Formats: sequence, structure tokens, C-alpha cells
Amino acid sequence: MAEINLSRIVKKYGDGFPAVNDVSLRIADGEFVILVGPSGSGKSTLLRMIVGLEDITDGELTIDGERANEKAPRDRGLAMVFQNYALYPHMTVFENIAFPLRLAKDLGEEEIRRKVEQAASMLELGEHLERKPANLSGGQRQRVAMGRAIVRDAKAFLFDEPLSNLDAKLRGQMRTEIARMQRRLGTTTVYVTHDQTEAMTLGDKVAVLKRGELQQYASPQELYDEPINLFVAGFIGSPPMNFIPVRNQDGVLHSPFGPIPVTARDEAALAEAPELLIAGIRPEAFEDAALLDDATRQDRAVISATVDVTEWLGNEVYAYLPFEADAEVSQALAELDRDLDGESLRTQVVAALDSRTRIGAGDAVDLAFVPESVKLFDPRTGRNLSRDDENAARIAERSEAARQQALERAREQHSGAA
Amino acid sequence: MDTGKLTTGRKILWAVVSVLVAVYALFPVVWIISLSLKSPSDVGNQQFWPTAVSWENYELIFTGQASELFVPALINSIGICLIATAIAVVLATLTAYAVSRLDFPGKKFILTMALGVSIFPVISIVTPLFNLWSRIGLYDTWLGLIIPYLSLTLPISIWTLAAFFRQIPWELEQAAQVDGATSWQAFRKVIVPLASPGVFTTAIIAFFIAWNDFLYGISLTSTSAARPVPAALSFFTGASQFEEPAGAIAAAAIVVTIPVVVLVLLFQRQIVAGLTSGAVKG
Ligand SMILES: Nc1ncnc2c1ncn2[C@@H]1O[C@H](COP(=O)(O)OP(=O)(O)O)[C@@H](O)[C@H]1O
Ligand SMILES: [Mg+2]
Repeated sequence: MAEINLSRIVKKYGDGFPAVNDVSLRIADGEFVILVGPSGSGKSTLLRMIVGLEDITDGELTIDGERANEKAPRDRGLAMVFQNYALYPHMTVFENIAFPLRLAKDLGEEEIRRKVEQAASMLELGEHLERKPANLSGGQRQRVAMGRAIVRDAKAFLFDEPLSNLDAKLRGQMRTEIARMQRRLGTTTVYVTHDQTEAMTLGDKVAVLKRGELQQYASPQELYDEPINLFVAGFIGSPPMNFIPVRNQDGVLHSPFGPIPVTARDEAALAEAPELLIAGIRPEAFEDAALLDDATRQDRAVISATVDVTEWLGNEVYAYLPFEADAEVSQALAELDRDLDGESLRTQVVAALDSRTRIGAGDAVDLAFVPESVKLFDPRTGRNLSRDDENAARIAERSEAARQQALERAREQHSGAA
Repeated sequence: MDTGKLTTGRKILWAVVSVLVAVYALFPVVWIISLSLKSPSDVGNQQFWPTAVSWENYELIFTGQASELFVPALINSIGICLIATAIAVVLATLTAYAVSRLDFPGKKFILTMALGVSIFPVISIVTPLFNLWSRIGLYDTWLGLIIPYLSLTLPISIWTLAAFFRQIPWELEQAAQVDGATSWQAFRKVIVPLASPGVFTTAIIAFFIAWNDFLYGISLTSTSAARPVPAALSFFTGASQFEEPAGAIAAAAIVVTIPVVVLVLLFQRQIVAGLTSGAVKG
């Protein structure tokens, strides 16, 4: 159990380029924190600095209040699961898991066997203990790597993209398994991934990184509802948030799809904002106006467009609506796309609609949405002008309370079982 | 690839091919064994097998007339080759480690140089070396052979080990450190077990190369002070001037093959290919 504190951490590799720049994070005891960002954003570097495999160029790392910058990895008491598992090929599964215990020296053979078997049964590795890693499947290897991490009472678990080498189905299963294990053990966990779904589903808190800089550190819901800038808004959510250029004139936002009203929430923020803005709407905020009753429709803003392509997924339908973007904004959008590892193919809006909708390719469609679901961004700075700090604080409070409750419950169960 | 499931037809084909290769490779060996067991009068019996098994040739080279030539040569060969192998493996291990682990300027140059050295034909070096060795007193000494043997064994050792070390998942060293190992423990408990098959394989290859050398052995020695077995064999004479020493040479050839066979059998377990598979995702 540990609290990890990163304060203004900087990492410069030999070429002087800051791979991690001025990152501060407070990871509370028992918290499950995700480091997420596109590839090359410095997630692994940050994790390796915490575990001690990479020197910290500047800033301070404390573990349980004690400065750890200069400590050797083995003195930090942290356990890590590597992206490619890093199992010892010349040892059996049993010896792989027992390795950290044998190094600790103060345990008897009996005690080691008991602990390894306990970890193995938790990960359903019991029948494979005498096999060599080479003879195991990818999923089994992954679990051996986890076994090696959980077998000793590490202060914290560190994971570096542990599921990225598994196929989609196994990835889903192991994701749930990791979440369950973390709740049960209540151990502080730092988990690196580039997959926003993993980040959203696993984390108590998510730190979004871009080119070595921390963008936002908040609960998944806060990232989703109150992203701090364009990057976070575009990174979190699947399919990603739609960005449309709009001109703010006479209290109305003129978009390629027609006017969108300015909400009372945004009026103040727009006073000093430039005329040209980027409006962000999540695909799932759209509804097919034809399916709404008149009363509901009254409260909604509506835009009209022609559907290019539809994708039917069973529970919902994705409708794709292309548009022409201003030269000025399209540059900002293209840059954002690069940051997000995307390929700026075309500017389009994706609407995730209820599967009852009757629309098809080529149809003209009216899309309705709650006006407040539109976030406005400054195209020059990327700042979210519509961010509601009070709402963000409320969400943070709520998710922290939920986390404490879950931890409490896990502790009760644990002591009940013991 | 469907190597796992062989059809009956394929099995038979493989069996036939294996037998052919084995016969091709082993026939000369069996012939030499048979020859070494023929008594001098029996050598010309125009049969493959000896008429009567005789240990005469072995007696001749160990205790008889040829022993003055053979026994010191055997000791020279074993001593010189072991020392040359040991030095080559230690140096090559350090070099290969540096080449595969560290990034430094001139890395390519080292590998190219190693290859370049091994390209020179021995015959072009041996005469200048003879002159040099005579002048500085290394002629007809162990050291005088160990040094040129290093030039034969080092390049191949460096290349083999560098290729081998490149396959070691070095991340394991870091994993061990996170698991609580000191740098030394990580090296000893994880890296050494993974690297040793490569080191053993290299050692055996290096030993063979030194053991089989004839040209340096014959050119840089003049007495039994340093003359190795392959060179000594050329000085064998028969029991009388009119007898071919074929039997004695065959016996000596068998005797010098034995250490090689023993080495391979001894380290067979260490030379297990693919030991590193399964460390990482692949
Ligand atoms: N050993 C290294 N030497 C030099 N640059 C490195 C090294 N490791 C990583 N980097 C650089 O640091 C940046 C962040 O890398 P990394 O932490 O691996 O990103 P991520 O894990 O988010 O994909 C990248 O630009 C990468 O090129
Ligand atoms: Mg990484």
C-alpha cells in the first residue's frame, strides 16, 4: 500500500528532447491510475521512472512520503508487468512466480510454495505450474507475469500496456480480471495504455498525456463530460467527438450544417473569444429528430445534413455526414488529428443513432441534440470555453466517494474472508 | 508450415535421407577405425575389415617407436587449443556483449574488422610470422601458436556470440531488478543461464578450429616443444623405412577425434537451441 507523488517530473533523453515534461501527479493509496496518450507521449518513460529503470532528469518522486529519485528499483518495493511479459524462459511457471520471493530471502520453502500457489489459483494457473513459458499461450504468459507481480506484497503494481499483445476477446476478459484483482487487493496501481476504452473502464483516475505533457488528470467521467481542451475531448470517447467549425455571429453559431444556438452557459465565455470557434459534439449526443415527439423536439437544437454512409451495428447505427471546413479551422483540425495519431482523411460528422432509425445513405436527415451537449473550443489554444468547473468539481467529488466506498467494501470482504 | 504432422510418405522420405547422410558422413570414420585396427602386414589385405583386430598401431603411438612424436604432440595440442579457446571465448564474450548491448561509435567497424581478419589466407601470413617469431623468440613455443590461433578463433567467436546475444531479451535483466535483484543477481540468475548455451557452442567451434590447424602447426614449430598433433602426423614413419605408416596415422587420427566427440557429448545439453523462446510475447 503506498501513496506515490510525482512533482514536476522531467525526463530528457540523450538528445535533450523532453520525453516527459513537468508532470505532477498525486496517486493516492489504493487508487487505480491510468496513464493514457497516443504512442510516443511518454507514458512508458514516466512509468519506468517511477519503478526506477530510468533516471529522473528533474523533479521529485516520493513513495509514501519518502524521496525515491535515487533509490534502486529493488529498494522501491514496486512490482511491474512488462508489455512483452519478460518471463524468465529457463524457469518453470512456478519458479517465475517464486523469483521475487526467493530474492527476498527471509521466506522458507514452505511459505514460498503457499504464496505461489495462492497467486496461481487466483490467476487460474494451478495446472501449469511445472511448465515452461515457451509452452504457454499468450494469455497464460500474461497471467504468469501478473502472478509474479502480485505474489509479493508490493507497495504498488505498475503495468505497461499489459493487454496490447492479446487478441480482442482475451483483452476484454483480462481487463475485467485486472479490475477485479485490483479491487480485491486494494493495491495502488499505475497502468499505462494507449487504448482509451481501457483507460475509461479501469481507472479511478486517468492522466492524459500528449507529447510528454500532462493535459488533464481526472476521473473518466470528468474527462468525458468536462474535457479541459480539444486534445482530451478528441482522445476520450469512441467513436471520437465530432469537431465542426462554427462562426459566432449575433448570438448564433453558424455551422456548415446550419445555425446552432448559443447556450446561456457559454454566453459569458464567448464574450472574449474569437469569432471562429470549434464546436465539439459527441456522436452519441445526436438523435434522429424523426423519432422524437414534438414536446422533446422543442427543447432540442436541430441541424440538417445529407447522410453519406451508414453502419448498422445492431444496437445502434452510425451515420456519416461529410462537410467542407474553413481553411482556417481545417488546419487546427488537421493538427489535432496528427496529435491523436489519426489520418486526416475527410472532415465529417459521425452520429450514433438509435437503431430504430429509418435513415439510409443519401437521405437528408434532421439531427437533434441538447444544446448544452455542444462544447466550444478556441481553435488557437484548444481550450474548452464551455468547461463548467463547478460541475467538474462535483463529478470529482462523486467519483472519489464512489472509490472510497468500493475500497471500504473490498476491505470488509477481505477481513470477513480472512 | 506443417512440420508437426508428417505423413507416412514424408516420414519414409526423411528416414531415407537421414540414413544416406549418416552413411556419407560416417563411412570415412568407420574406414579409419578399421584401418587403425589392422596390423602393418594386414593393411594391404584388400578388404574393408581387418583380418584380425590388432592394437599394434595404438601401442606404436603411445608406447612404441612413434610415442616420442605423438605423446608430446597430443599434450601440446590439448594445452594450446584449450588456452586459445579460453582466451578467445572470454574476449569474444566481452566484445559481443558490448556490440550487442551498447551503442558506441565504431561498432560496425569492430565487426567488419573481425571479419576482415578472418579473410586473410593463413598461407599469406605464415611466412612473415615465421620470420617475426624467430626474431622475437616465439618460434617453437606454445605462445607462438596460441597467438595465431586467436586470429583464427576470435572472429568467428565474436560473430557467433554477437548473433546469439542479440537474441537475448535483455529486458529480463530489468524485470529481475524490479523483482528485487541486485545488478549482479540479475546477471547471474537470468542472463548467465540464457547466455551460456551460446558461449558453450562458441567454445566448441573455437576449439575445433584450433584443433584442426595444420599450417601454423607445421610452420611455426620445429620440435616436440610445441608441435601439435596434425603437424606431428606428417613426421610419422613406418616400423621400417619400407613400410607405410598408414595404420599409425589412422590410430592417431582416431585418438585426436576422441576429445572432440567427448566435448560435444559433454556439452550437448548446454547446446540447446531456442532456449530463449517464450520469454517475450512471440
Ligand atoms: N531510450 C530512449 N532514448 C531516446 N529517446 C527515447 C528513449 N525511450 C523513449 N524515447 C523517446 O521518448 C518519447 C516517449 O517514449 P515512450 O515513453 O516510450 O512513449 P509511450 O510509451 O507513450 O509510447 C518518444 O519520443 C521516444 O522516442
Ligand atoms: Mg510505451
